[in-house]
Amino acid sequence: MMPPSDVPSQDDIFKQRGAVQADVVQSQVGEAPMEVTEAGEAGGVGGLGKIVWRVFAENKLALVSIGIVVFMLLFCFVGPHVYVTNQTSLVVTSAGQVLAHPSAQYPLGTDPNGYNILGRLMFGGATTLEIALLAAGIATVFGVFFGATSGYVGGATDAVMMRIVDTILSVPTLFLLVVIATILRPSFWLIVLIVAIAAWLVPARLIRGESLTLRTREYVQAVRAMGGGGSRIVVRHIIPNAVGTIIVNATFQLADAVGVLAALGFLGFGVPAPGTSWGQMLSDGITYAQAGDWWLIYPAGVLIILITVSFNYIGDALRDAFEVRLQRR
Amino acid sequence: MIGYLIRRVMQAVIVVLGVCLIVFILYHLLPGGAFSQGRLILGPRASVASIELWIQQNGLNKPIWTQFAILIGHVFTFNLGYSYKLNEPVATIIAQKLPKTVLLLGLAVLVTVIVAIPLGIFQVLRRNKPSDYVLTTLSFIFYATPTFFLGIVLIQLFSIHWHVFPPEAPQAASVGGILADWQALVLPVLTLAAVFIAGFSRYMRSSMMDALTQDYVRTARAKGLSTRRVNYVHALRNALIPIVTLLGLTLPAIVSGALITEDVYNYPGMGLAFYNAAINSDFPLLIGTVLVAAVATVVGSLLADILYAVLDPRIRYV
Repeated sequence: MMPPSDVPSQDDIFKQRGAVQADVVQSQVGEAPMEVTEAGEAGGVGGLGKIVWRVFAENKLALVSIGIVVFMLLFCFVGPHVYVTNQTSLVVTSAGQVLAHPSAQYPLGTDPNGYNILGRLMFGGATTLEIALLAAGIATVFGVFFGATSGYVGGATDAVMMRIVDTILSVPTLFLLVVIATILRPSFWLIVLIVAIAAWLVPARLIRGESLTLRTREYVQAVRAMGGGGSRIVVRHIIPNAVGTIIVNATFQLADAVGVLAALGFLGFGVPAPGTSWGQMLSDGITYAQAGDWWLIYPAGVLIILITVSFNYIGDALRDAFEVRLQRR
Repeated sequence: MIGYLIRRVMQAVIVVLGVCLIVFILYHLLPGGAFSQGRLILGPRASVASIELWIQQNGLNKPIWTQFAILIGHVFTFNLGYSYKLNEPVATIIAQKLPKTVLLLGLAVLVTVIVAIPLGIFQVLRRNKPSDYVLTTLSFIFYATPTFFLGIVLIQLFSIHWHVFPPEAPQAASVGGILADWQALVLPVLTLAAVFIAGFSRYMRSSMMDALTQDYVRTARAKGLSTRRVNYVHALRNALIPIVTLLGLTLPAIVSGALITEDVYNYPGMGLAFYNAAINSDFPLLIGTVLVAAVATVVGSLLADILYAVLDPRIRYV
């Protein structure tokens, strides 16, 4: 059932994704000092961390991106405590409070329900980031275990597990997600789960590929010779040695989760009111924006783009940094 | 080659069966089970006896594996049931909508390829110069922009501000009618293509860069060929091959993008039919459209894989 080896597999394509500054970083490879301990147990992580950080820090755009992500986290989670607005109950006190233009009182105006948009961006952003983090976390953990097991066990089990991945991967995800959202009533946790369903396939495939090569290494054979079981090998040896791939992919997962969440919000499958997310804010504001109330959509849209671009830049820089580690081996 | 083809087609069939299984499971997750579906179809005044008759006629009381076998049979005979809301067979509705979506997808893929490939090459030839950085940043931004947001911005600019293109997609009943109303088609196609142009030009850039480091390029240079000839004849032709694979792999994402685009522009295709079915809880149509979208995607990916095998004679299939 294996595809011919010289056809680029899906794994290659996924690795290629955002193969952006690989060539820029190539030139720095030669200067990185040899600090990685003999590959094997996860003990060498201290030195690895240093080397990865050094290459990562050379990428100024990635550093800016980290700054943006930190700012967003502060904005969404600390912001509401500093800039206190009512986002949970409808209290419209005057006609001027509905769809108000940006002013000193409402820096980004208000929406049709009278909610302060600046405060709502924080409130909806917190939901967006929570869902993205949880979904990416669940997808990564599940995908990693699925892929590592599939690759380590091999044979018929591997074939069946990978056909499951192929099947879901070949369905246009948004269709599948909308069907699930139609059948089950969307709630915070259902949305987390739905976004995770779309996301776990890629880490599963990537880690399976890593696992296939890692299981032939001497240290894995050594564990087996000493009587270590399959689950010990997968958890203590294969997964720690694939940590670079896992971290890099998790970053891209975050970016994708924000996108999927926005698309779901646009289609009307978001967290129930009065909760919201950036995607839902955008979607709810479209009709009004076409009548000229730009503040309902552009701030949310810009934030979505900004956070997605940042995660992508960070992922790229991390991948370059971890690739340097691999080349130093 | 024949062996590879057979194996690849077998894989596609397994994937289609897997999709059927997913759809079947979803169908059984439907709220209320068979009885309330019968109620939905036959209306609120139907008697309990007539609903039970309906359940019997549709085989919904049979053992679960028999039902799955029936579903598979229906899929392969293209019998997808009856839409509650539109009072038409699902197969008829899909037969009307599918060509329109294929048209939209085809045009978007065409625009993507036409724009992305020269863009990627341009970036390689100017690499690490300001124009390369600007294009890289732009493609990152487009890549990160949700399709529907891009659509809204384009409508704002081109329809509301400048009155260049209409904000709504062509509403004609036939594919020919849609093509005749080409001005209304510009924005939907652009919206769908933009996100993929960003991804494809990045991929083209790295693929071309890869090709330029190959030994045959060095050989070509060494024997004195002009840079132009090396770039366009030797490197480009090889750099294009992986793009075909990428096309097959991106197809599910493009189809998902079509769902959003059709919704933004009210384009009368599969995506909009699917979305309306989702809103109206029109489950036969919902399930039917998912199935067709999934199968079409699998077939598209299969074709891309086969094309790849045809294009690259270096690949031996054992």
